Amino acid sequence: MNAYTGAVMESADDAPGDALIDLRFSRAQPAAPARPKGRLGPGEAVPFGWLLGPFLLALVWTTGSAAGLIDPRVLPAPWTTAATAWQLIQDGRLQDNLAVSALRAGEGLAWGVAAGVLVALISGLSRLGGYMFDSLVQIKRSVPVLALIPLIILWLGIGEPMKVTVIAISVFAPIYIQTHAALRGIDLKYVELAETVGLSRWRFIREVVLPGALPGFLTGLRFGVLAAWLALVVVEQLNATSGIGYMINLARTYAQSDVILVGLVVYALLGLTSDGAVRLLETRALAWRRTFAP
Amino acid sequence: MTGPVVRIRGLVRRFTLRGVLNGLDLDIRRGEFVALLGRSGSGKSTLLRALAGLDHEAQGSGELVRPDRLSVVFQDARLLPWKRVLDNVVLGLSGPGVRERGFNALEEVELAGRAASWPYELSGGEQQRVALARSLVREPELLLADEPFGALDALTRIRMHALLKRLSDIHNPAVLLVTHDVDEAIALADRVVVLEGGKLAADLATPRRGPGPADAGEVAALKARLLALLGVDAAFEDTAIPPPNRTFHRPPVSPRDRGLGDHPSAAG
Repeated sequence: MNAYTGAVMESADDAPGDALIDLRFSRAQPAAPARPKGRLGPGEAVPFGWLLGPFLLALVWTTGSAAGLIDPRVLPAPWTTAATAWQLIQDGRLQDNLAVSALRAGEGLAWGVAAGVLVALISGLSRLGGYMFDSLVQIKRSVPVLALIPLIILWLGIGEPMKVTVIAISVFAPIYIQTHAALRGIDLKYVELAETVGLSRWRFIREVVLPGALPGFLTGLRFGVLAAWLALVVVEQLNATSGIGYMINLARTYAQSDVILVGLVVYALLGLTSDGAVRLLETRALAWRRTFAP
Repeated sequence: MTGPVVRIRGLVRRFTLRGVLNGLDLDIRRGEFVALLGRSGSGKSTLLRALAGLDHEAQGSGELVRPDRLSVVFQDARLLPWKRVLDNVVLGLSGPGVRERGFNALEEVELAGRAASWPYELSGGEQQRVALARSLVREPELLLADEPFGALDALTRIRMHALLKRLSDIHNPAVLLVTHDVDEAIALADRVVVLEGGKLAADLATPRRGPGPADAGEVAALKARLLALLGVDAAFEDTAIPPPNRTFHRPPVSPRDRGLGDHPSAAG
């Protein structure tokens, strides 16, 4: 009906005599294919199409190495890297270093998340807290965490506490910012509702504020997890005696590019799996959101 | 038991930007269903928010007596999206048997089967029924409804009218229904009040509903009169009966109406 009248009105603008032809076209439209194949659109989606880029890269790497076009000192062949990885696992070196790195990152993540949520709550729920903390955090944000490392080394030495602290500080910022924004963004309507049903302050926080801020917190957690890995890479280059970064540094000293490569792959896998874990958590915890419905 | 549930005398509310109440008087008796009509900006929402205790930022004066047990149905259902339907119904309640009561309330609005659903899985009308259950499970002495059916389609609205009428007969709270729909007001309420310039411009009883339908002539006359009061008299110029005490001008602001800080006499 809309297409019908629309066509009449459109064609009436230029040539009233063409109205009938336009009508026929507009009535034929519903029979056209449901999915519009735009001339300027990106084209149709193909299952597992995203594997194309990685696959081509692996192909170039493999053929380049096999044909001797890639110097193994610059980039070892895929099979060399796989063999080295197997060797490292046999030695137990990979697992041990991975465990140390994961523990380090996890510890920093835990402290950063706890501090970020706590300060976001204080600053989001009370005006005074906001005046106290929010501007401080904004100032702190403008100083890159990595620039703080010399100072933190002076304060805490070069041992484990320094490493965990740097990771925790990196995690703190995204957690705080996202959680705080979500807290402040909770709809005033729900606050009114809480008042009319007589919720106490504590129940208001537990039943309205925290679940309302959860989507923001989880977004912050995804950024925070990535920030934790990034900070881990940096602190493990600094005087570490264990961990994936230590393994990489040691390999650099002995020019073992295959070990370096294995370390990088492990970092990539860590980042991908932890991000996937947070996304899984999101799907579970946010089942109430339409966008996460199965 | 015969005293009014709501007693308002000389209520003045003032906001920097929003609507104003200018010495409003209103009584609502126990179990009485009152519809509140008025043009936009006439102070309907201000009055409702004052009764609901949501007007913290307002300055004003006057006497406002309202019951402790009151519930509000908002225009949007206002369900917490992160709580399942039953948890929304019993929000803020605690003690033994609360879930049982919530479930019974859901049965009353014919949604017991959706107790474990998320709000987004319900239609607009169903969400508003859940909001009604959330209000009624508290057994309020006063039910405040702020255009609760305004966002629903016409057919759903008719069904909601019947449901609200039936449930208010069963639970018998006093009801103040804010609406812009004259037919809705006449169909549901015992009394229709019209707000104009922050004061009551009219206070009219609806034709008594005995057995059988209300007298069509009486209903038509009341509708014409209400429409005239709301400034929609063009089509009814010939039939409209001018009400005796209608005041369309805004009365001048007297000095005692000036801001008095927190509403000191709002007892409740």
